[in-house]
Amino acid sequence: MSKLCTTLRSAMEKAGLTSGMTISFHHHLRNGDHVLNMVLAEAAAMGIRDLTVQASSLFDIHAPLIDHIKSGVVTGVEANYIGQLVGRELSLGLLDKPVVFRSHGGRPAAIESGRVHIHIAFIAAPTADCQGNLNGLYGPSACGSLGYAFSDARCADRVVAITDNLVPYPAMPASIEETVVDYVVPVESIGDPKGIVSGTTRITRDPVGLLIARYAAEVIRHSGLLKDGFSFQTGAGGASLAVTRYLAPIMKELGVKGSFGLGGITGYMVDMLQEGYFQKLLDVQCFDLKAVESIRDNPSHQEISAVRYASPDAKTAAVNNLDAVILGATQVDEGFNVNVHTDSNGFIMGGSGGHSDTAAGAKLAMIVAPLFRARLPIVVDKVITTSTPGSTVDVLVTQRGIAVNPARQELAHSLKAAGLPVYPIHDLRSMAERLTGVPRPVARGNRVVAKVEYRDGSLLDEIYQAKD
Amino acid sequence: MTIVRSAVAGTLESSDALVSIAPSRQLEVHVESVVMKQFGDAIEASVRQVLRELSVTGAQIRVQDRGALDCTIRARVETAVLRGGEEKPS
Repeated sequence: MSKLCTTLRSAMEKAGLTSGMTISFHHHLRNGDHVLNMVLAEAAAMGIRDLTVQASSLFDIHAPLIDHIKSGVVTGVEANYIGQLVGRELSLGLLDKPVVFRSHGGRPAAIESGRVHIHIAFIAAPTADCQGNLNGLYGPSACGSLGYAFSDARCADRVVAITDNLVPYPAMPASIEETVVDYVVPVESIGDPKGIVSGTTRITRDPVGLLIARYAAEVIRHSGLLKDGFSFQTGAGGASLAVTRYLAPIMKELGVKGSFGLGGITGYMVDMLQEGYFQKLLDVQCFDLKAVESIRDNPSHQEISAVRYASPDAKTAAVNNLDAVILGATQVDEGFNVNVHTDSNGFIMGGSGGHSDTAAGAKLAMIVAPLFRARLPIVVDKVITTSTPGSTVDVLVTQRGIAVNPARQELAHSLKAAGLPVYPIHDLRSMAERLTGVPRPVARGNRVVAKVEYRDGSLLDEIYQAKD
Repeated sequence: MTIVRSAVAGTLESSDALVSIAPSRQLEVHVESVVMKQFGDAIEASVRQVLRELSVTGAQIRVQDRGALDCTIRARVETAVLRGGEEKPS
């Protein structure tokens, strides 16, 4: 049988798209993704209504989703991360049904267990052959790893691959195999390379960010974890990325040979692989061109599924073998609970991603953040949204001091003995409030606009309607 | 201090504020802020206090705040007043 479809419309018709279905998308094309918008526009043209969009993440480029919700084409949204443009509208109460947030590990667990049922998965495929062997390594929209799409491809009733790089059979390697793909649609373009990967991710030059990163690297040095076999994950933003710059010389000085780097992978982690600081990279998503090149050319840099990355239902997952993870926060409260879903006014502008998964799995989960950001202290009485429970968070590092979870007395002890500025978390809050003043609490509506599912599927928190 | 010409102080950088001042018979204070809900009233109170201290009784003042600390806001307002004002002849 031929899986090739000449138009997206015919693929959607053959796959049996009808009103009320759940359709899924993965976000490796990030803010350059054309596929989600393309599919929803076609669904609208077909007169389809009442769809649930099950996306691993939504970015600003997906703003047309807002109109599809207003017109009733889409009535449900589930995602692990929602950028601020779409997040803002959802926060104001655009959907009747609350958004469901999951984590990068919780989503594939929900899909594979059947708690989330996907009728049709749409896979953005930077390279595909006519039978649906797919990879993200080659083509004009190359994005590297396709890790988040694996469960969608394996579990959806129907799988439609959309590609702008159709190659002769068999495409190699096959990250996603023909065994699970129903239809292949060649289109003009699946993404804008400028939005897919940044040319280069740069380390912050902000002195505050650099100081935080230096303290973070010192915390790792004195955590007792920095020895041969050390494994590490860090984000691509602000101070997180800068930690690599301070960690590398410490590893060199101590002669420590790390085992693996995990997560969304940047060029800086690739550098650390090439320079021998780590032996392997496990990659669920590439953040820049250097990471895409490396995963393509270096056998020690391997694509992994979201299940292997972080699923709590997997027999083991990579996060459970992780020593240290560096994570961000919009707010941290005195119980070490972390908010990465909402801003200080209660508007959705993010999501867990792998935050709660890595915090739960890693031996050392460290939050790096400035003491205050635009006059708002990072430490608050109670976070607006709990994204990651405080019981899984070990340390908060700011430019003015470090707070250690009281459950980790031994760690607090080692850091103090090393001369690092360790304070009770309440003191970090007072320190900030002396400079900023005490912010007035923000009023919110009564209606629940989103539910945050913890990685095991339990309800972690609810997000209330925000007010302008 | 009498405001005799338009003047500005500050920037629109994060954690700063841009303060614009212009002559007017009455005192009109307009505050926009990224932390309006948390600190809007506090910002306006600081602006009015600085104006009082400098004996400014008539001016149009616009504060575009990007999350500046209170000391920054006060400094920007003071500078804008000094740039736009002249001592009253007694």
